[in-house]
Amino acid sequence: MDWRRFSFIGFIIVFLFTVVVLIGGSRVSPTIIISSMLTTTIAVATPLTLGALSGVFCERAGVVNIGIEGMMLAAAFFGWLAAIYMNTIFKFDPSISLWTGVLVAILTGGLFALLHAWLSITFKVDQIIGGTVINILAVGITGFLNRQMFFGEGSIFGGNVPHAPGLLPSLSKWLTPLCGGPQGCLGLPTLIQGTFLDQKPVAIAAIVLVFVAHYVLFNTRWGLRTRAVGEHPKAADTVGINVYRTRYINVVLGGMLAGLAGAYFTIESVPSFEPLMTNGRGFISLAAMIFGNWTPFGAWAAALVFGASQALQINLQFFRDAIPPNWAFLQHAYIVGLAPYVLTMLILTGIIGKTTPPAADGQPYEK
Amino acid sequence: MSQAPIVLEARGITKQFPGVLANDHVDFDLRQGEVHALLGENGAGKSTLMNILYGLYQADAGEIRVNGNVLTLNSPRDAIEHGIGMVHQHFMLIPVFTVTENIMLGAETDHRSLKSQSPLVKLDRKQVSQIVRDFSHQYGLDVDPDAIVGDLPVGVQQRVEIVKALYRKANILILDEPTAVLTPQEAEELFRIIRELTARGVSVIFISHKLKEVLAIADRITVMRAGRVVGATTPAQTNEHQLAAMMVGREVILSVQKEPAQPKEDVLVVENLRVRDVRDLEAVRGVSFTVRAGEILGIAGVQGNGQTELAEALTGLRHIESGTVKLVGRDLTNASPRAFTQTGLAHIPEDRQRHGLVLGYTIADNMVLCDYYRPPFSQRGVLQHQVLDDNARKLIRDFDVRTPSPYVAAGKLSGGNQQKVIVARELSRPVRLVIANQPTRGLDVGSIEYIHKEIVLMRDQGVAVLLISAELDEIMSLSDRIAVMYHGQIVTTVDAKAVTREQLGLWMAGAQPETA
Repeated sequence: MDWRRFSFIGFIIVFLFTVVVLIGGSRVSPTIIISSMLTTTIAVATPLTLGALSGVFCERAGVVNIGIEGMMLAAAFFGWLAAIYMNTIFKFDPSISLWTGVLVAILTGGLFALLHAWLSITFKVDQIIGGTVINILAVGITGFLNRQMFFGEGSIFGGNVPHAPGLLPSLSKWLTPLCGGPQGCLGLPTLIQGTFLDQKPVAIAAIVLVFVAHYVLFNTRWGLRTRAVGEHPKAADTVGINVYRTRYINVVLGGMLAGLAGAYFTIESVPSFEPLMTNGRGFISLAAMIFGNWTPFGAWAAALVFGASQALQINLQFFRDAIPPNWAFLQHAYIVGLAPYVLTMLILTGIIGKTTPPAADGQPYEK
Repeated sequence: MSQAPIVLEARGITKQFPGVLANDHVDFDLRQGEVHALLGENGAGKSTLMNILYGLYQADAGEIRVNGNVLTLNSPRDAIEHGIGMVHQHFMLIPVFTVTENIMLGAETDHRSLKSQSPLVKLDRKQVSQIVRDFSHQYGLDVDPDAIVGDLPVGVQQRVEIVKALYRKANILILDEPTAVLTPQEAEELFRIIRELTARGVSVIFISHKLKEVLAIADRITVMRAGRVVGATTPAQTNEHQLAAMMVGREVILSVQKEPAQPKEDVLVVENLRVRDVRDLEAVRGVSFTVRAGEILGIAGVQGNGQTELAEALTGLRHIESGTVKLVGRDLTNASPRAFTQTGLAHIPEDRQRHGLVLGYTIADNMVLCDYYRPPFSQRGVLQHQVLDDNARKLIRDFDVRTPSPYVAAGKLSGGNQQKVIVARELSRPVRLVIANQPTRGLDVGSIEYIHKEIVLMRDQGVAVLLISAELDEIMSLSDRIAVMYHGQIVTTVDAKAVTREQLGLWMAGAQPETA
C-alpha cells in the first residue's frame, strides 16, 4: 500500500465532505455536519470493511471468493431468524437473543464458506463458479424461507412478522456510567463522541479486526504460512506446510467475517430482513479489497471511500433545498446514489497504479 | 572416501505411475561427505527417486534407510526431520518474501520442527536473519537476509535454497539439476560451495544430465535409464562418451559434425532495434546485427537479458519501439507474424507448449498451422482432409516423430516429439531464415542430437539461422558467429572458433570486451 493510494483515498474523502459542508454549512454548523458524515461513513463502511477482510483472508491463501455477497445475505437472514426465535419462541431476553443472532450469523457465513472451500479446494471446481453457486444459493434459500415462514397462509408465523428484538446498542449506551452526565462522555469533544462512541459493536469490531488482521497476516506464523500458500503453494508444501488445511481454515475464517458483516444488516443497522438486502455490498467489498492491494489497511481505507460516498447521499437529503440551482442535479437522490458504484468502476480501472494479487490466487493446488 | 559411513540407502525402490514404471527396483546409497551424482536423461526416473527420498511421493515397494534406520517418509516434513534437504530444479522460493521469510517458512520458531506452540506466535525475523548471517560467514554462502528474493539473481536464489536446507539442519542435500539456470561462473561458484559443504561432512546427491559437470564434481556416478540403474562408476574410471552411451543406451555423437560455413548474401538485417517487455521496461536496447545465408549466428546470454523479446520482435509477436527489421530486403518492422512466415521465416519458439503448438489439436492440424489457409491445404475456405493426412504422414516419417497416428493430440506427445512436430512444420516449408529459440531445452541427448543435425542441414542448404540459447555448449558447437547479449544489448560479436567458454561466460556476466 503506497502513499499514492492512501493520498488518493484521503483526497476523495475530503472532497466528498467538502461538498456537503459547502452546501449545508449555512444551515448547520460544520462540526455537526462533519460529525454526522463521519458517523455515517464508518457505519456504512462496516459491512464493506468486513467483506473486504473476508476477501483478504481467502485470496491471500489463494482462493478467490466472489461468494461473499451470498455469505453476507445468508448470514443476515439466519442471524435475524435466530434472534427472533430466541426472543419470541424461546422467550429469551432481547439482548441475549441479539447476541445469539450475531453468533448464528457468523456460523452461517462459516458454513457457506466451508461449502466454497469444499468445492474449490477439494473438488477443484472453478472458483468463480463456486462463488456464483453460493450467491445464487443464498438468494434462493433466504427468499424461499422468508416467504414460507412469514407470509401466506399456513406459514409458521401465520402471516405476521413477529416483532424483532431490536438492535444492538451503541457503545455510548454501554458506557452510561461514564457518559450519562450533562457533558457527555468524560467531556470529550462532540466530534469524537458522535463519530466513535455512537457506533455499535459490529462497527467497532470491524475496526479492531482491521488491526488484528494486519498483525496476523504480517507478523505471525499463521500469516506467513497463509501468504506462502497463496503465493507459491508448491513451495509451502515442500517445507511441510499442509496447503489444503491452511486454505480451508482461511476460507472458513473469511466466511465468518462475511457472516459478521451479515449481522450488521439485520441486527445492527435495521431490525428486519428483506430479500436481496445486501444489494451488491459483497461485490463492492471485493473492489475495496483489490483497491487496497489485498492488505487490511488498504481495504479499510477503500471501504471508507465507499462509506463516504454513501454518507454524501444520505446527508445531502437533509439539505436538498439548500442546493444551489446550477447544481440542481444533486437534488435527485438517485444521481448521488450512483456515486459508490461509479467510484467502484473508476477505482477498478486502475487509475492510481496497478495492484498485484497473490500469485497463486484462484489456482487449485495439485500435488 | 569409501571408508566413510553410509548415511542414506535406498533398496529396491519401485514406483508405478499410470502407464509408466518410473522406478524399477532402484538401489542407491550415499556416504558421508561425498558427492554422488545421479545421471540420466529426462524421464529416466531421477526426479521420481529424489521425490521419494524427500517424501513428496511414496514408493510402491522398497525401503529407505537413513543412518541405518528404516524410515517411512510420508511427507517432506518427515524428510526434513531426518536431515534430508532438497534444492529443487525450479526453486521453491516465494518471490515476494524476503530471504529471511523464505528461510524461516515452515520452521519459524525452532529450526527443524514444524511443531511449535501456537499458530499465532509472533515471527522473530531478527533472530532468523542473524542465523542466516552466521551461515553465510561459516560456509561462504553470501546472501543478504533482508533482500526480496524476486530481486535476486538466480545464482543467489540457489544459495538461499541451500541456506534454507542448512537452517533445517540438513546433512544430506539433494540438488536437482542445480546448474540448469546458472552461468558458467555461477556454476563454478556452486561447485566451490559444494566442496565447502562436503568438507564439513554434508553429503550431496547431485542430479544432472550434463556430463562435463558430473565428471567435474562427483566422487561417484550412478546412471539411470528408463527407470533402472544401468551403471555405477567414478569419474576416474570413465569419460564423456562412455557416460553418454550408458545414458542413452547406444553410441551418441556428442559434438556436432559440420563443415566450415559458406556465408552468402544478407538475409536478416536488424538495425538499432528497441523493444519493451511485458512490464513496459526496455528489454532490447538498440541491437543491430546481420545474419547471412548459409551461416548460423548464435546469441549467447543468461536468460532474461532481452533474448525473448528480441525473438518476439523478429517474428512479429511484439511491438517494436524503434529500429528496423529487414528480411530478404523487405522491411518487416512491426509486420504481422503472417507477413514474416510468408516472406520465408521459420520460427522454433522458446516455449513449445504455449507458442509452438496447439496442444489440444492433432499432430496433423499442428503440422499446417502456418499454411492451412492456402492451397493445397484449403480450397475456397474448406480444409482438404486428405491433403492434411498425406502431409502429416509424410512429415512424421521424414522427421521421425514417434506417434501411433497423426491424429494424436500434440499435448500427449513427449517433449522431444513435440519439438520434432514443430521442427517438421517449420523446416519443411520453403524458408530463408530460421529463428530457433532454445530449440533443445529440456530434451534428451538423442533428440538434441537430431535437432542439431537438422539445423546444420538447413544452414548447408543456404538458409540463414539465428540460434538463441542459454546453453553455452549448444551455442559453441552450432554457431559460426556468436553474439553475446547482456542487459538488452549485444556486448560483442565474435568468430565461434576464436573464443573460449570462459571468455563467453565473462561477457554473459556483464564484462566488457577489451576491444569494443
